[in-house]
Amino acid sequence: MTITTTASPATDLGYLLYKHPDRVANFSQSFGTATVFYPRADAETCTAALLLEVDPIRLVKSRGRQSPDFSLGQYVNDRPYAASSLFAVALGKVFATARSGRCDTRPELAKTAIPLELFLPAVPCRGGVEVAHRLFAPLGWEVDARPVPLHDSFPEWGDSRYVSLRLTGTVRLADALNHLYVLLPVLDDAKHYWIDIGEVDKLVRSGGGWLAAHPARNLITRRYLGNRRGLHRVAHARLAELDESGTELDPPVEEESAPEPSDDTPDAPAPTVPLATRRHEAVLAALRDSGAARVIDLGCGSGKLLELLAADPRFTTIAGTDASTHALRLAERRLRLDRAGDRMAARINLFQGALTYHDDRFSGYDAAVLMEVIEHVDPPRLAALTSVVFGSASPATVVVTTPNVEYNRVYEMPDGALRHPDHRFEWDRAQFAHWAEETAARYGYRVDVSGVGEEDAVAGHPTQMGVFRRG
Amino acid sequence: MVEIRVPAMSLLVLVGVSGSGKSSFAARHFRPTQVISSDFCRGLVSDDENDQTSTPDAFDVLHYIVGTRLRRGLFTVVDATNVQPEARRELIALARRHHVLADAVVLEVDPAEAQRRNDSRADRDFGTHVIPRQHRELRRSMRGIRREGFRRVHVLAADQIDSARFEYEPAWSDRTALTGPFDIVGDVHGCRAELETLLTRLGYEFTRDAEGRAVGAEHPEGRTAVFVGDLVDRGPDSPGVVRLVMGMVAAGTALCVAGNHEVKLVKALAGRKVKIAHGLAESLEQFDAEPEEFRKEAAAFMEGLISHYRLDGGRLVVAHAGLKEEYHGRASGRVRSFALYGDTTGETDEYGLPVRYPWAEEYRGKAVVAYGHTTVPDAEWVNDTICLDTGCVFGGRLTALRYPERELVAVPAEAVWYEPVRPLAPPTPVREPDALHYRDVGGTRVVETGLLGRVKVREENAAAALEIASRFTIDPRLLVYLPPTMSPADTPSEGDLIEHPEPAFDHYRSNGITRVTCQEKHMGSRAVVVVTRDDEAAVHRFGVAGPGAVYTRTGRSFFSDPALTAGLLERIRSAVTAAGLWDRWQTGWLVLDAELLPWSVKAGRLIRDQYASVSAAAGAALPEAVAVLAAAADRGLDVAPLLARETRRLDNAARFRDAFAAYCRPVDGLNGVELAPFQFLAAEGQNLARRPHTWHQEESTRLAGHDTTGTIRATRTRAVDLTDPADRAAAVAWWTTLTDAGGEGMVVKPVTADTAVVMSDAGRPVQPALKVRGPGYLRIVYGPDYTEPENTARLRQRFLGRKRSLALREYALGLEALDRLAGGAPMWRVHEPVFAVLALESEPVDPRL
Repeated sequence: MTITTTASPATDLGYLLYKHPDRVANFSQSFGTATVFYPRADAETCTAALLLEVDPIRLVKSRGRQSPDFSLGQYVNDRPYAASSLFAVALGKVFATARSGRCDTRPELAKTAIPLELFLPAVPCRGGVEVAHRLFAPLGWEVDARPVPLHDSFPEWGDSRYVSLRLTGTVRLADALNHLYVLLPVLDDAKHYWIDIGEVDKLVRSGGGWLAAHPARNLITRRYLGNRRGLHRVAHARLAELDESGTELDPPVEEESAPEPSDDTPDAPAPTVPLATRRHEAVLAALRDSGAARVIDLGCGSGKLLELLAADPRFTTIAGTDASTHALRLAERRLRLDRAGDRMAARINLFQGALTYHDDRFSGYDAAVLMEVIEHVDPPRLAALTSVVFGSASPATVVVTTPNVEYNRVYEMPDGALRHPDHRFEWDRAQFAHWAEETAARYGYRVDVSGVGEEDAVAGHPTQMGVFRRG
Repeated sequence: MVEIRVPAMSLLVLVGVSGSGKSSFAARHFRPTQVISSDFCRGLVSDDENDQTSTPDAFDVLHYIVGTRLRRGLFTVVDATNVQPEARRELIALARRHHVLADAVVLEVDPAEAQRRNDSRADRDFGTHVIPRQHRELRRSMRGIRREGFRRVHVLAADQIDSARFEYEPAWSDRTALTGPFDIVGDVHGCRAELETLLTRLGYEFTRDAEGRAVGAEHPEGRTAVFVGDLVDRGPDSPGVVRLVMGMVAAGTALCVAGNHEVKLVKALAGRKVKIAHGLAESLEQFDAEPEEFRKEAAAFMEGLISHYRLDGGRLVVAHAGLKEEYHGRASGRVRSFALYGDTTGETDEYGLPVRYPWAEEYRGKAVVAYGHTTVPDAEWVNDTICLDTGCVFGGRLTALRYPERELVAVPAEAVWYEPVRPLAPPTPVREPDALHYRDVGGTRVVETGLLGRVKVREENAAAALEIASRFTIDPRLLVYLPPTMSPADTPSEGDLIEHPEPAFDHYRSNGITRVTCQEKHMGSRAVVVVTRDDEAAVHRFGVAGPGAVYTRTGRSFFSDPALTAGLLERIRSAVTAAGLWDRWQTGWLVLDAELLPWSVKAGRLIRDQYASVSAAAGAALPEAVAVLAAAADRGLDVAPLLARETRRLDNAARFRDAFAAYCRPVDGLNGVELAPFQFLAAEGQNLARRPHTWHQEESTRLAGHDTTGTIRATRTRAVDLTDPADRAAAVAWWTTLTDAGGEGMVVKPVTADTAVVMSDAGRPVQPALKVRGPGYLRIVYGPDYTEPENTARLRQRFLGRKRSLALREYALGLEALDRLAGGAPMWRVHEPVFAVLALESEPVDPRL
């Protein structure tokens, strides 16, 4: 990064930064070395450069085998080149005094907005140049952000996630440094494992007036808080990496019924009752109608439905199962099973299971729920699921919900787009009805198909529901 | 001397008053672990063996321990007074629950003597009224004890106790010493002519009586026939069938288990009232025409038939209606009933026939179970069980299973002798007969492998694999193998390279191996290919129609578009057909291990997100860094070392950029996609992974030669004599040429007599392969600047132990899966080691190795 000023005398930049223009200063960091030097320093123009050399091997070796970022990515890492969150940490430390706005030798200058140009040749920027503009322009910067192409030999690959960022403006130096310190990690939006989240959170909270008044404040805080991940995905991350396909393994723990809201949600008109809630209500109503007392939620995710079932005493035995141990942990937390009384604990049973494997533990219930589950199963494997649920577990009642793909156009989704990246298919009403009838006939059930949610005259309901009754 | 004969697997209940010497008696005759005493259990739950208040809890524990031992088939002795009928009743019920017989041994000791013994013990002071009371209870018990359900009650008078000796009788069903080979014959139902034809086909030679009737048969190679019961009823000559089988059993050339029809016929012949149905009338008529003497002999023979046999060291079980594993070798009313009638649910179907629980679908036992009873259109394996009743009497066939060959031999019925009540085709099953169960994969597991013995899978790894298996992997019926991970060669002790062929050669040489083969390592993505000749072969072997599958190291379909999978398989199938492999290997399917190129086909997203991104960031940042440092240097600042370093890093970044770009190539559909099969894994009845490396090399080159689409690529290899320095040097040069040309590197494999199982001089399994990657490729693994001296020095310190242990375990599992697949094992048995590989792959091991 270079910081250039044309304030007169320009070399006063050295006082503000507490770094002498004619010296080369080294600062040792836990992950590498930062060097400050001045490629140019005269009365008209003074440029300070901060060069951070990150040692990726030290980064790797300092982290345990169980840490979530233990992956191939670490030696092949952009941190040694890009102005990432790691760079922000170095910047924060090296220019700690300057950031505080203190300057014993030039106190007035420190309080004054001066002409500055900040240049960072490679800034990881999720969302592209547009996000860079949204973050820096409101702070008084003229933003020149240019995308860096991925590879000259493969123009079809398009642009990388990096931009070369040039900010020009008349800004107080301390503010300029703080802008970068806070906003570089926001642009990066990558895993923050190697920085102290507590430290950054503090800054986000006390980020001064500029942060509180920032129009993209929601985006800034969300990106900070949204990127914490637990250790529990480690095993899966390894398998994903092994597969080299680069697909996201995170399970669909709780999904949105509509496409994910964009970064500026506040003005979007909220539907009166969220679809997920209406779906829960519909499933609960079907279960109550069936007279079931023992209910199993197959693919319970983080346990929202289980929580609702637990609140109704007519459900005497409740079970939840999911293939994801991560989801089950969330469900356990939601249901507060660790603190539940003996009766409650005896009433609810959570266990890992896969719906393509026959399992005695699925048997013995009056009703089973497959809420937004079947669309996560590859079509060739669906027969195994129906055999397990309808043929083997065969409860008196099975409640199935799944998206109605016809409704996606009401959401103004592009043709062929699905509501969740893990969805293997979404059916229209005819397809669902066909499957429901066929399954019912094969396993000796009767089925009623209906819809859940705000009905559209043409597309029908956003969610389709089938209630299967044996016999 | 008194000899007491007890069943080898049974519960022995000691009965005697306190002080009668039960414990010393037990200590003399049995191992300490075989004897569970009430005193011991009292001690367990109260710290005081004589605390009578703890008795109820103590007996709970006693029953639990005894029950567990019986479930596990262990001979168990209960040392408690057992003078009250209630106490004995509970123990008898426990034995029945676990389908073992119970014997009682009563020690009759003079109560005065018992009292004296107790008086001499300081810890036994429960008063003088106790022993007389127990003695009275015992005397009362003796009247009815023989009717309580013990198989036998052995009463020992005081003077017999010391001289008693135990003899253990094997169970009637235990014929494990017979190793066959066997010919197991399905339900005959009076079809004598077909039986004679079948036995002739199987190679038996008949003995005939004066009237020309077959009264015996013998196989010149000493094979033994085994009849699954239901010799009689419905058919035209039940007496003739009984005459022949009876003769064979008497001569020791056949075994026969009881069928439900024999049981009923015996009752009817004895004049007891039974419902005459299901072809019994025909039998009675036929037997009435026989002389009285034969009738009696036949009835005695049929009455003496037992319900099941365990044969061939316990690897084969024959029972009329089949038998679940927990009943093998057991004896109880329920076991007999299961063996005769099957696992009936009590319901009847639309034809009025009993509905049977499909026990075979859940069968996970080690023994092969051959049975009959339920008519099926074809004899088919379901989880190592097979029903041989192919409805001869209904106009079907009479079928025999040759064991251990697992060959079926059948002869058609000469007529429809009896009209079936229900059509021969079974109703649609509610689940696939070979469906997988959570129990087959879940929790902490131990998988038996031929190479390494027991390989353990930890619960958390199994949990991770279960999620992957249920959400991402292809149909498990086609997922018959997953490739093991592979360790790199040791880091050279000197120099600045991280990998080099010499340490790999040294590794094998030090393990006593003199010959290795070096195999070019293609830089693409691993792909396992299951290709089938046609739908018929696919359904026959895998139960799934279609061309097969192409899947990744974690069992996902390689292509998300089924059309691409089908297209690639079609190209491979054509080459296999052109190479004549279907006929040459007598198979309708093949499994191949291959590398699919280019790398960018599958790893495209990873390459863009990871490698190209890093390269783009470096390309943007480093020139700027070099420029400002040069400016600072011009100002006279001391940045020379930094400038030099950043200049080198700029060069490293360019090399990195070229290194991964070399493995990227745009493809359009399948155009540009190449498959390099380097090993054939399995075909019908054959684990091809056990073939020599040279064979794989020749066959894969041949296969590539028969490909007309430019898809199949050959793999270069080179044999090396490790004792010849010149040959080694030439191999190093070969590797250098490969890697200089942008190749990933090579794999070094030991060449020994048994390709699959390589042991060191010390008798320990050796790494099946070591990879030696080139310096250019390693830049992709270790990062652009890995060649900087201070980085290389640190990276050279790698720990390979964990990786090697994992590689060996996964290799053993993969080989096991192929052995099981080739051996025709049920699907769950193939899935077990495959799933275990997936689970082990989630273990934390440095992914760069």
